[in-house]
Amino acid sequence: MSGTNVIRLNSKWMEGSGPNQDIVISSRVRLARNIKEIPFPHLLPENREREILDMVKNIVEGKVIGNQGGAFEVTNLLELSTLEKWVLVEKHLISPEHAQSNGPKGVALRVDEAISIMVNEEDHLRIQCLLPAMQLNEAWHLANQVDNFIEESIDFAFDREKGYLTSCPTNVGTGMRASVMLHLPGLVLTRQANQVFATMSQIGLTVRGMYGEGTEASGNLFQLSNQVTLGVSEEDIISHLSSVTLQIIEQERYARKALMKEGGEQLEDRVWRAYGVLSHARIITSREAMGLLSELRLGIDQGLIKGIDARIFNTLIVLTQQAFLQKTAGVELSPFQRDLKRAEIIRTKLTEKLGGEKND
Amino acid sequence: MLCDRCKQRPATVHFTKIINNEKYEQHLCEECSKEISQFAFGSHQGFSLNKFLANLINYDPSFGGVELGYRAERCDNCGLTYTQFTQGGKLGCNHCYQAFENKLDPLLKRIHSSRIHKGKVPERAGGKLKVEKEIESLRNELQRLVGREEFEKAAEVRDKIKELEKKLAG
Ligand SMILES: [Zn+2]
Ligand SMILES: [Zn+2]
Repeated sequence: MSGTNVIRLNSKWMEGSGPNQDIVISSRVRLARNIKEIPFPHLLPENREREILDMVKNIVEGKVIGNQGGAFEVTNLLELSTLEKWVLVEKHLISPEHAQSNGPKGVALRVDEAISIMVNEEDHLRIQCLLPAMQLNEAWHLANQVDNFIEESIDFAFDREKGYLTSCPTNVGTGMRASVMLHLPGLVLTRQANQVFATMSQIGLTVRGMYGEGTEASGNLFQLSNQVTLGVSEEDIISHLSSVTLQIIEQERYARKALMKEGGEQLEDRVWRAYGVLSHARIITSREAMGLLSELRLGIDQGLIKGIDARIFNTLIVLTQQAFLQKTAGVELSPFQRDLKRAEIIRTKLTEKLGGEKND
Repeated sequence: MLCDRCKQRPATVHFTKIINNEKYEQHLCEECSKEISQFAFGSHQGFSLNKFLANLINYDPSFGGVELGYRAERCDNCGLTYTQFTQGGKLGCNHCYQAFENKLDPLLKRIHSSRIHKGKVPERAGGKLKVEKEIESLRNELQRLVGREEFEKAAEVRDKIKELEKKLAG
C-alpha cells in the first residue's frame, strides 16, 4: 500500500489539550473556496479536475505556512486504498463523501494534520483547520492564514454582494463552517440533551453526530456548527458559536455536578463497570466501546477514576474505528475479527496507561 | 440591459422560446436579432422571428421596449439549468449566481436571513473589486457630465476610466 505518510497514528486534535478539554474534544473551521470562472467539481471532466489538483499541489506542496506545523503534502486519493481513505475520514481529515468519490480528488495535509485541504470535493477547495479542545479562534486564524496564502496564487470566485461563491448556496458568503465536537454524557444521562439541542436551530446552529451529517451520535459526542454563512462575518460566526458552546459547557458541568450529588455511588459504580469491561473484554462492538469509553472518560473527568490520562479517550475513539483497526492489523478483518481486535487494542492502551499493570 | 449576444449594445428586442419544456429568454440588440433571425431561426420549420415576436407582443400587453422580468433558465458559462440545480442542489459555477439571481435571492434570504456578504474580502481580488467600483462610479459621472454637455470635464473622466481599466487588465 502506498501513501504511508498519509496514515499517521495521531492528528493534532487527538492530543486533546487546551481550554475546556474536558468537554470540548475538538474545534474546527472549514472554508469553502472556488476558482473563478471554472465550473464546480461536479461539472468538471477528469482532466480538468486533475489540472486543479496539480495547481493546488504547485501552490502548497512542501510549503510551511505560518512557521509551524510542518510542510504540506498533497495526495491524490486515487493513490490510496479504500481503507486508507477511511482512516482519513475517521480522523476527520476528509469527508465521507470525499472518500467515496471517484476521479482525481485530493487532500493536502500538513504534517501535524491540524490543516487539511480537500481538493475537488463539493467545492474546488475546502480548507479545514482542526484543533484540540476549545480553540475556535485559533482555528479560524490558522484557516485564514492558509486561505490568504492560497489566494496569492488563485483568483477565487468572489462577489461583492454574495461573498465567496460556493457550489451549494447554503455555504455562500463566508464559505465558513465552524464547529465544535462536544462530549456531553452529563446532559445525556440527565435526559436534558434533546431539550438543549431543540433550541439550537432557532439560534442558527445545527447539531449532528460525530461523523457529520446523518450520522448517529455515539459515545455522547455531538457536533455543533453554524448554519448561516451569508450576512455575518467570520468573527460573528466564531463568537456566536463560542458563546453558545460556553453555555452548553456550563450546563454540562451543572448536570455532572447534579449526577455526582444525587447519585454519586451509582455514577461511581457505572464508570468503574465501564472500566472493568473495557480493560477485560475480549470481544467488543464499536457501539459498546464508544458508550463505555464515554463513561470511562466521565469517570476520569469527575475524579472518580485516577491514574488514567483523560485524553486516552480522544485516541481510542479513533483507533477503534473500523478502518483504523484494519490498518493497524495490516489485513482486512471480518466484523467479528474487528470486535476481537478492538477489545485487544483498548485493553493494551488502558493497561499501558496504568504503568504496565497486568490485567489478566 | 446589454445584449446577450454581443454584450455591447443595449438590448431592445426581447423574446422567449420553449425547448423541451424549458423556457429560454433572450434579450438582443437590433443588429444581433437581425443576424439571428436570418440563420438560427431560419432552420426552424415555419418559424419566423417576426411572427414569434408579434405573438409575444399580443400575448403580453406590457411588452414593447419595456423590459420583461428577466429570468435566465440556463447559465451561459457552465450550461447548468435551473431545473438541474433544483434537482441536485448544486450550482455549476460562479456565473450561476447571476444567471439564477431572481430565484436564488429569495432562497438565500430564507437560508441566511440576509443577502449581503459581511465577511472577509480576498485581498487581491478585493483590490480589483475596489477598482471596478471606482470605474462604475466614474462611468455614472461621465454620463452626468455628457448630459450637461460638459465635454471637457467628461473627457478627463473618460481618460481616468481608461487608465483604471488598463490597471485592471494589467
Ligand atoms: Zn448585440
Ligand atoms: Zn454556471
